[in-house]
Amino acid sequence: MANMAQAIRMALHFAEENYNVTDIFGQDVGAPLGGVFTATQGLKTTWNTPLDERGIVSAAIGLGLAGDRCVAEIQFCDYIFNTIDLLKMAGNTHWKTSGKYNLPITLMTPVGAGIRGSVYHSHSFDGWATRIPGWKVVMPSNPIDAYGLLLSAIDDPNPVMFLKPKALLRVKGEELIPGEPGDEKSLKAAIDAPLGDRSKWKPKWPKIKEHKITIGKAKVVNEGSDLTIVSYGRTLPICHKIAKNSEHSIEVIDLRSLYPYDWETIYNSVLKTKRVMFVNEETEVTNFAEHLSYRVTNSDLFYHIHAAPKVVAGKNVPGIGLHPNLEEATVPYEGEIKNEIERILEIIP
Amino acid sequence: MEKSSNTRKKSSAKAVAGAAIRNKKAVSKKSKPVGSDKFGGLSFSLLRNMHDLMVKSRVLEERLIKIYKTGDAFFWIGAPGEEAFGVPLGMLAKKGQGPLNDYLHLHYRGTPVLVAMGMDPKDSIRLIMNRKTDPSTGGRNFSNHYCFPEWNVTPVCSPIEVQYGFAVGTGLSQKRHGGEGISIITGGDAGTAEGDFASCLIWASRPANPLPLLITVQNNGWGISTSYDGQHGEEKISDRGKAYGIKSLTINGNDPVESYVKLKESMAYIRKERKPVLMEAYVSRLYGHSSASGANLDTKQPDPLKDFEKRLLKADIIKKKDVEELYKSEEAKCMKIFREVQKELPPEASSIWDFTYVNNENADWRNF
Repeated sequence: MANMAQAIRMALHFAEENYNVTDIFGQDVGAPLGGVFTATQGLKTTWNTPLDERGIVSAAIGLGLAGDRCVAEIQFCDYIFNTIDLLKMAGNTHWKTSGKYNLPITLMTPVGAGIRGSVYHSHSFDGWATRIPGWKVVMPSNPIDAYGLLLSAIDDPNPVMFLKPKALLRVKGEELIPGEPGDEKSLKAAIDAPLGDRSKWKPKWPKIKEHKITIGKAKVVNEGSDLTIVSYGRTLPICHKIAKNSEHSIEVIDLRSLYPYDWETIYNSVLKTKRVMFVNEETEVTNFAEHLSYRVTNSDLFYHIHAAPKVVAGKNVPGIGLHPNLEEATVPYEGEIKNEIERILEIIP
Repeated sequence: MEKSSNTRKKSSAKAVAGAAIRNKKAVSKKSKPVGSDKFGGLSFSLLRNMHDLMVKSRVLEERLIKIYKTGDAFFWIGAPGEEAFGVPLGMLAKKGQGPLNDYLHLHYRGTPVLVAMGMDPKDSIRLIMNRKTDPSTGGRNFSNHYCFPEWNVTPVCSPIEVQYGFAVGTGLSQKRHGGEGISIITGGDAGTAEGDFASCLIWASRPANPLPLLITVQNNGWGISTSYDGQHGEEKISDRGKAYGIKSLTINGNDPVESYVKLKESMAYIRKERKPVLMEAYVSRLYGHSSASGANLDTKQPDPLKDFEKRLLKADIIKKKDVEELYKSEEAKCMKIFREVQKELPPEASSIWDFTYVNNENADWRNF
C-alpha cells in the first residue's frame, strides 16, 4: 500500500494529467529533492522558488487571477504565519469582487507534531485556517483520503488548504488507491526517486484513476454507542486504535474536511451516543473544536447529551518542546485521550 | 536613534518642499531631452487626447471628493495629481482579457489609468457610493478599489504593496503562454518598504525564469503623513532594481509626455525581451492621502494637469475656450451621473454570504 507521501504524489500526477495543473511549486518542491517529505518527486510541473513564503502565496494568488490551476506549498506550516494577510486576501477575492474573480488554488502545508520537530516544526494550523473565510480546509488521516481530498481540492474553483499531518506522511494505508499496484516494492521502484544522482531518473506512473472525496463529508471509521470522538489528521488513528481496543463502544468520526464540515454526521452520532469528545492537536484556546462543541450545546443536542462536550487539544503553551516528555505533555497522545474517555463516561446525568 | 518630534516636523515640512523640488528637478533635467517644445515627437491629436483624459480623470476625482464631503460616501481615496503618469499608462496598456493582454495590478490611485482605458465614470461613482450596481465590488469596498476582469484589471487591495507579489503569478502565466502580454504594477513609494516589493524584484529577476513585469512606483514623497525623506536612505527607489539586474529608471511622472515616451519604450522592451523593468515616477499628491487627511487641495505641489495645459496652450495645440468647455461639460456629466447613482439601490443585507464560495455554494456553518 502507498504511504501518504506517495498518495499525494500520485494525486498531483493525476491532476497534472487531468485537471490542467500548471504549477506545483514551493521551496525545494522541484527537482532534485521533490519536497522535504518527497511528496512532489518526479512531477512534470514542479519548480523551486526562492525561500519566500509571502512570495509563494502571492504567486499562487496571481496564477489564480490568471485562471491557472496551481498547487503551492509552504514547507512547514510553522512558516506560514507571515502570509496570514495574503491568505485572507485569497479568501476574500471572490467575495469582495462580487464573484468577478475566483482563485482555483490549492495550498499544501505539513502540520502538527509527532516527528520530534521541536519549536518550529510542530505547529498546527487547523484553528487558524478555519478562521480565514473563503477557504476550504481539508486534512486527511490516511493515504487514500489524502489522494481523494487532494484531487477534490485541486478541482475546486475556490482556494483550498490541504493540511498534511506530517507524522502520517510515511504511514502506509489499508486501502489501495484505484489503479495502484498491489505490490509495495514495485510502487516504490516506479515512483520513488533513487538516492544519489537523480538527473536521469523519471518515474513510471501507475495507471491510477480518479477517486475524489467530497469536501465537507466526514467518515465514521468506527461505530459505537457510548461516546462519539470527532478527530482528524494525526490524532485520528490514535483515537481509532483506542476505540478498537476499548471495552467501551466508541464511535469515531474522521472529520476530513474542517470547513465546510459535516455537521449532519456529527449530529446524528452525538444524538445516538449522548456524549462527544473532540480531539486535535492545535492549541486549546479558541480551538476549532470549541466551535463544534459550542454548536453541540447550542443545538437541540443540548437536551439529549449526558455530559458536557469535551475538547482534548494541545496545551496553550508557546511551543512544543523537543524532548519527548515535553511533546507528549503538550499535544494529545494515547494516555491522555484514554483518561479523558474514562472521565466523560463516568459522568452520570 | 529616532529623530525628535521637532526635527520630524521640520523633516515633514521639508518633505512637502522636497517632493516638489524633486519634481522640479526632474522637470528641469528630464523633460527637456524628450522636448518640452517638441512634445517628445508625439502627435498633436495624441497630446489633445491625453489632455482630454487627464481632465476627465481630474474632474471625476474631484467629484468623488465632493461626494464624500457632502456625506454621500463614507471614504475617499484616489489619484488627483497622478494623471500625468496614469493616463499614459492606461493609453498604452494592451486592453483585454487573458494572458495575451496586459494584467493591471493597480493600487488605490488607479482612476487615471482606467479613465484612459475607457472606464465609465458612473462605475467609479457607484464604487464610492457603494451601490449594488458597482461592478467592481458590489458595494463592498472603498473608492478606487477597482476590478474589471474583462480588462485584466485585478482587484485592488487596501493592504499596501501586495499587488507586487500577485503580479508574479500573472507574469508567470503570461511567460508560459507566450505572446506580448505583460503584467503592470502600480504602487506608492512608502509601500516599497514592505517585503512584497522586494519579493517582486527577486521573483521577477530569477535567472531560472525572468518575468515580463512593468514594476512602477509612483513616488509622491509621502506615506500618509510620513515623509519619504525621513524613512528611506536610498536616493532613488529605482536604484533597488539595479541590484537584481533589472532595467531601472526614474522619470518625472508629472510630465505626461515623458511618462508616455518612457512607458512606451519600457513596455516595448518588456513585450519583446520578456524581462522586467522597474520605473519610479515622481508624482504629486494634490488632495492628501485620502479623506482621512481632509482631502483638501495642496497648492504647494506642482499640478501636472495645469502645467501640461499651459504648455499645450502656449504651443497653440489646444484653445482656452475649448478647455473651459471641456471642464464644464465633464463637471456637468459627473454631477448628472451622481444624481442618477443616488437613486440606485444599495446592496441588500441578506447578500453578505453571496460569493463567499463560487456558485454561491453554502459557506454559512449554520446551514452545514
